[in-house]
Amino acid sequence: MSVRRVLDHRLAVIALVGAIAVALPMWFPSAYYYRIGALVFVYALAALGLNLLMGFAGQVSLGHAGFMGIGAYAVAIVPAQFALPAWLGLLAGAALSGIVALAVGRPILRLKGHYLAVATLGFGLLVAIVFTNETRWTGGPDGMTVARLMLFGRTMSSAQSWYWISAFTFIAAATLALNLVDSPTGRALRAIHDSEIAARVLGVDVAQKKLAIFTVSALYASVAGSFLALLNGHVTPDVCGFLRSIELVAMVVLGGTGSVLGSLVGSAVLVVLPQALTVVHEYETMVLGLVIMGFMILLRHGVVPTLAARAGVRWT
Amino acid sequence: MAQFLQFALSGVTVGAIYGLVALGFTLIYNASEVVNFAQGEFVMLGGMTTVFLTLVGVPLAVAAPAAVIITVAAGLALHRFAIETARGATPVILIIITIGASIFLRGLAQVVFDKRFHSLPPLFGSDPIHLADASILPQSLVVLAGAGVVVILLGTFTGRTLFGKALIATASNRLAALLVGIDTRRIVGFSFAVSAAIGAVAGILITPITLTSYDVGTLLALKGFAAAMLGGIGSAVGAVVGGLLVGLMEAFAAGYVSSAYKDAVAFLVILAVLFARPQGLFGAAKPERV
Amino acid sequence: MKPWQASFGAIGAVALMLISAGAWSAEVKIGAVLSVTGPASFLGDPEKRTLEIYVADINAKGGVNGDKLKLIVYDDGGDANNARTFATRLIEEDDVFAMVGGTTTGSTLAMIPAFEDAHIPFISLAGAIQIIDPVRKWVFKTPHTDRMACEKIFADLKRRNLTTVAMISGTDGFGKSMRDQCVAVAPKAGITIAHEESYGPRDSDMTPQLTNIKSTPGVQAVVNPGFGQGPAIVTRNYRQLGIALPLYQSHGVASKEFIELAGPAAEGVRLPAAALLVADKLDASDPQKPIVMNYARTYREKTSQAVSTFGGHAYDGLMILVQAMQRAGSADRAKVRDEIEKTKGYIGTGGIVNMTPADHMGLDLTAFRMLEIRNGDWALVSDGGS
Repeated sequence: MSVRRVLDHRLAVIALVGAIAVALPMWFPSAYYYRIGALVFVYALAALGLNLLMGFAGQVSLGHAGFMGIGAYAVAIVPAQFALPAWLGLLAGAALSGIVALAVGRPILRLKGHYLAVATLGFGLLVAIVFTNETRWTGGPDGMTVARLMLFGRTMSSAQSWYWISAFTFIAAATLALNLVDSPTGRALRAIHDSEIAARVLGVDVAQKKLAIFTVSALYASVAGSFLALLNGHVTPDVCGFLRSIELVAMVVLGGTGSVLGSLVGSAVLVVLPQALTVVHEYETMVLGLVIMGFMILLRHGVVPTLAARAGVRWT
Repeated sequence: MAQFLQFALSGVTVGAIYGLVALGFTLIYNASEVVNFAQGEFVMLGGMTTVFLTLVGVPLAVAAPAAVIITVAAGLALHRFAIETARGATPVILIIITIGASIFLRGLAQVVFDKRFHSLPPLFGSDPIHLADASILPQSLVVLAGAGVVVILLGTFTGRTLFGKALIATASNRLAALLVGIDTRRIVGFSFAVSAAIGAVAGILITPITLTSYDVGTLLALKGFAAAMLGGIGSAVGAVVGGLLVGLMEAFAAGYVSSAYKDAVAFLVILAVLFARPQGLFGAAKPERV
Repeated sequence: MKPWQASFGAIGAVALMLISAGAWSAEVKIGAVLSVTGPASFLGDPEKRTLEIYVADINAKGGVNGDKLKLIVYDDGGDANNARTFATRLIEEDDVFAMVGGTTTGSTLAMIPAFEDAHIPFISLAGAIQIIDPVRKWVFKTPHTDRMACEKIFADLKRRNLTTVAMISGTDGFGKSMRDQCVAVAPKAGITIAHEESYGPRDSDMTPQLTNIKSTPGVQAVVNPGFGQGPAIVTRNYRQLGIALPLYQSHGVASKEFIELAGPAAEGVRLPAAALLVADKLDASDPQKPIVMNYARTYREKTSQAVSTFGGHAYDGLMILVQAMQRAGSADRAKVRDEIEKTKGYIGTGGIVNMTPADHMGLDLTAFRMLEIRNGDWALVSDGGS
């Protein structure tokens, strides 16, 4: 496989996503669809971060929504408590998530398999407990209002503006992710995924690489969480709950672990499906469960890899 | 001193519940390395089905076994239609399938049952037993006894019977087990059935203490899973000990530290134990194949 | 004019009449985002059933101003983000006229900006006082505020000369927000809060927290803000530990189920609740009696479940909206909003509502009745205190 073909494929995915993002609004009859689109891209961003961790480094995380929570509350608390603009809150949230990831990641990543899963689960629950209980800062279980984002002197509050912001950010993040995958770090990560011991024998600093990707995935989730809080204008501890973490894992696996496009597909399925299922009223939860099971049984490696394999195409 | 004793008894009450739920995880894990996140829904089905059967007039002595049978059927269906059809999938995929199954079962319970809270009458009355200045409900001891009985039965089964040994063989190496003529499909199906039964019995025994509703399974599965990991997943004794430890930590944290952060304290201790002993308290240290 | 031109003209005229006739008997869409599933389903489910029953009832009687009502219900699962998405859907896609919903305070607060921006009247069914304080032009609510519940409880405590209390509250939105309100109004009511504990809404044993309360010196009574199953377990544990102090629950447990679940431990527990719970024990001269008896009977017949005050709040929300629409006489949102604000003397399940531009809830402390559980049933505590 020549370098040029790999390059072609990488740009092709980005171009495809870009084309979809630009073309889709032509069919949007109302602001509701823009909001759904914005939510899809925001969750896809968080799922992309988790995908880097799960798909390329092979580490599972059942508490990733905790980082989304840190980003979301940072963007709420910084303007409210310190009278600073929202975008500073976003940066602060990302910085805090990075620090927490570095601090927590070092011990946690020494665990393997289900034990790693429990540790990340505990982390997510801890974050949710803190946000629920520290009412003076966070408004408690009912949450707090988030000041709107001011960008270039204009208030970003409409669904349309958030659609474009989140689509653009996802495309930028996906480009970064694809570059990472094809870089020496990315190759080291895939080696770690295949066999940690072999990678170590080859001289890869396993602990440092795992920590690096854990931190990067935390940053992605934090930015996604900040976006979510800003576009809603309100944040509650649900944003970092256990069910949200599970939802993120399901998005990654459904779309295709290790596939950048898969993050978008998985997010689209799990955001749009509950909206579409409102027609079945009280059977909504049942049908959702059946759909998730169906996807996993029939499209075993995730939507994108399975369909790509059938079409004989090598997608990332 | 009386306070300490009361906290300890509270810890035993909650811990026995977690332990009984955690036991449900061990068997399926032992047979197939799958962590069944629908285990919490088996507990819910046991409790809710019993309640609703008694509401339509079935006597409790009949409703409870009937509920266990119905839950076992659900477990077998889950195995046959979801796990077996996805044979060969990676563990993560199987876990997501069980998560999908738990969502489905919860949705089914919403429609078939209702969204309110229900209780069952305790086996030996609701008058507390007094030890010194502290008290414990008789039902808590029933739950603890139930957990003990299940552990003994599981141990006897896997250690003494041929079927049980076949189960351990399937868990260690499925291919090798197939080669010596073990019907691994039936083994795994059987493990799902028994885990469902354990879950249903757990649900019936704990409902007089915890109350039950269609979504009681989620949090119980979470805590049960954490307890099973603490004890070392795959070890029945570990599951019960893990459950008791989690319950005790929560009670002491609520009593002595802060009731708002008791769950946080419990999880921090679990993490600390796992860092020191990554295979859990009673888990077998699996040598890593290079 | 040629014959075919004439017939075309006739057909066109008839078609035009039919179209305009259709425009006259249009549907008025009422949106409802409720927590039918999730941690607040205990509240959201009765709300949904009530709205469905009464919208059908109103339509059977001819609708409002000649228009039929169409109810659009979405389930947010207790999640504020979902609530916000469904609010946008109701506004942009379904083009609703007004909204009666928002089971929890969290989801209500998340949805308020959307309805305020779109100038759509929003009657919330959630408890916290922040929903109407500060007053927002398009937002109203029907349930009593948590602050009122605290004030009612504290007044009763004061009357019984119990001034030092302990609080044990659930860490859900309802429990926490009511706890905050109680802490805020305690000094003015002359009550000292000596000790506080909390529990998770799905915990199964609260004896450690209650043990700490039991060993705090000077505590004369205990208040438990919370809803769902938690208070039932707190009450059972209370009896298990043999705590003899008076126990006050909140209006979050206001349903017969609480008495069933708490069992004999519920004897002597007091709580503030809407008259709906004691419909059959109200004095015949009580203005609320016919309304609450009617609602309780209808709900029980149609759903075979015991009546719940949360369903009652949905009933009040719908009726206030409908009566405002009737007074306004047209499907104009601004006019209807003004009429909602002018609601005076509306007798509902929660109390008698008198709204003003500064008060978008309209209930006062008399709307709460202090109840005590005696012999496994509700009993009214007279204003004299017994």
